[in-house]
Amino acid sequence: MESKLKYYLQVADNALILSHRLGEYSSHGPFLEEDLANTNVALDLIGIAESILDETGRQEGLGRTGDDLAYRRNETEFLNCLLVEQPNTDFAFVMVRQFFTDAFHFYFFSELTKSNDAFLSAVGYKSLKEVTYHLRRSSEWMIRLGDGTPEANAKTTHAIQTLWKFSHEFFIENAIDLEMKNAGIGVDLKVVESNWMQKIREIFYMSKLSIPENNYQYSGGKNGVHTENLGYILAEMQYLPSKYPDAVW
Amino acid sequence: MNTIAPAMEELLAAFEEKINAEVKIEPKDWMPEEYRQHLIRQISQHAHSEVIGMQPEGNWISRAPSLRSKKILLAKIQDEGGHGLYLYSAAETLGVSREQFIAWLHEGKAKYSSVFNYPTLNWADVGAIGWLVDGAAITNQVSLQRTSYGPYARAMVRICKEESFHQRQGYEIMWRMMEGTKAQQQMAQDALNRWWWPALMMFGPHDSDSPHSSLAMKWKIKRESNDYLRDKFINKTIPQAELIGLKVPDPNLQLISEGIYKHGDINWDEFWEVVKGNGPCNQQRLEHHIKAHKEGAWVRATALASKSNN
Repeated sequence: MESKLKYYLQVADNALILSHRLGEYSSHGPFLEEDLANTNVALDLIGIAESILDETGRQEGLGRTGDDLAYRRNETEFLNCLLVEQPNTDFAFVMVRQFFTDAFHFYFFSELTKSNDAFLSAVGYKSLKEVTYHLRRSSEWMIRLGDGTPEANAKTTHAIQTLWKFSHEFFIENAIDLEMKNAGIGVDLKVVESNWMQKIREIFYMSKLSIPENNYQYSGGKNGVHTENLGYILAEMQYLPSKYPDAVW
Repeated sequence: MNTIAPAMEELLAAFEEKINAEVKIEPKDWMPEEYRQHLIRQISQHAHSEVIGMQPEGNWISRAPSLRSKKILLAKIQDEGGHGLYLYSAAETLGVSREQFIAWLHEGKAKYSSVFNYPTLNWADVGAIGWLVDGAAITNQVSLQRTSYGPYARAMVRICKEESFHQRQGYEIMWRMMEGTKAQQQMAQDALNRWWWPALMMFGPHDSDSPHSSLAMKWKIKRESNDYLRDKFINKTIPQAELIGLKVPDPNLQLISEGIYKHGDINWDEFWEVVKGNGPCNQQRLEHHIKAHKEGAWVRATALASKSNN
């Protein structure tokens, strides 16, 4: 697969896998309104993923559909960052994971609008409308969680301590990112990282939350090397198409 | 007593006059206590049904077999939760808080539709729920758009619009599966076999055995009888099944005249066992709701405590 299409998959897979995790959380929310908001974000993300996967299939020209790319690739062919595949441990984990990803999406799609690839630029403009709302929601939740009760602050601090090590993979440039940036197709991840850090500092300050001292960062997802979580996600997600390969749903 | 009794009679007469003239009863209007209690029970049960109903379908979100079907399922479950919200709001106009309704549910004092105590065992069950369970619900809810309590009637108008979409998406899943491989056809028939009778039971006991019906009919909370609505559903649904090659699992089904069917005996022993709590998933559904609610307590507390709400 050519580099540009792998770049497409990096963008699509973050949205697809996070949407899956949010889907798993349906009926587990702390109250009904929040349960529905969560599903709403899941729907936006699967919509973003679907449009990119469909286009990837078209441009690849091998007859694969968006569904084929979602349901018939193996773990090593998924190029999402490790953060989005982390489990729904509790509401604090769900929301910290969401906040980190929403902030990334907001600044990433803002930059992507400048892409010289017409499709990616359009994806940037279209997605920006949705992720602007996502970021507002998760930012407000971070403040409620951090600057509310001591129990919530402690749970959120624990989630941040656990997930921080997966938070910078978004900005660790791999060979595809570099090639796409140089071609004017991809974004400059340093710009995205700088904006992201500023947003995190601002919201953490308002939330009375801290950035962990241990800044060791994991990566691998964008190159197809994942945590153990992804295998289980795909085992469920791809169950029917794998078991009944001839069926059309 | 002598001074109160005539006033009550006058109030009741004015109330019934409104009912007879098809004027909606609104939250601030005087209403008999039995009317209020009936509505509190019925609307909260309806709200709980929408919310508990998110679970059997939610069981397949992570295994929905295509991006399109996953999107539709997510949106549908979101709609059901939204219906729960409208209905809790309508029920709250009767003077009981949502917290209280949820507490009654958890204490076993409030019920939800028994149909959601059955499991979803294959993907076609998602289709069967949309087609049959939502189909049965609409049959009932269309008549409830004319119910006498204003907030409930208005909630029903919105809900019916979405439920008819759900019914069609459910039927589309079944239709696609019947057009598909032999394994898919077997899944679809299996789902129909398991959901047909619980769907018929959704309309409740026969009119002769329905304890709440008579007063509810008089005060136009309920507009059509259980048996009338059940027959309407059956007559509508059997041709849909036949069109795509599915067979309704009723060996005693009779065609009475064109488009009019008579169903075989419903297993009311099973119905009452499920109502009593002995269905395959009663415990699982309620415990799931209690667990999520308990696990969310600290989130609700911090949301109330946070300065960001000021």
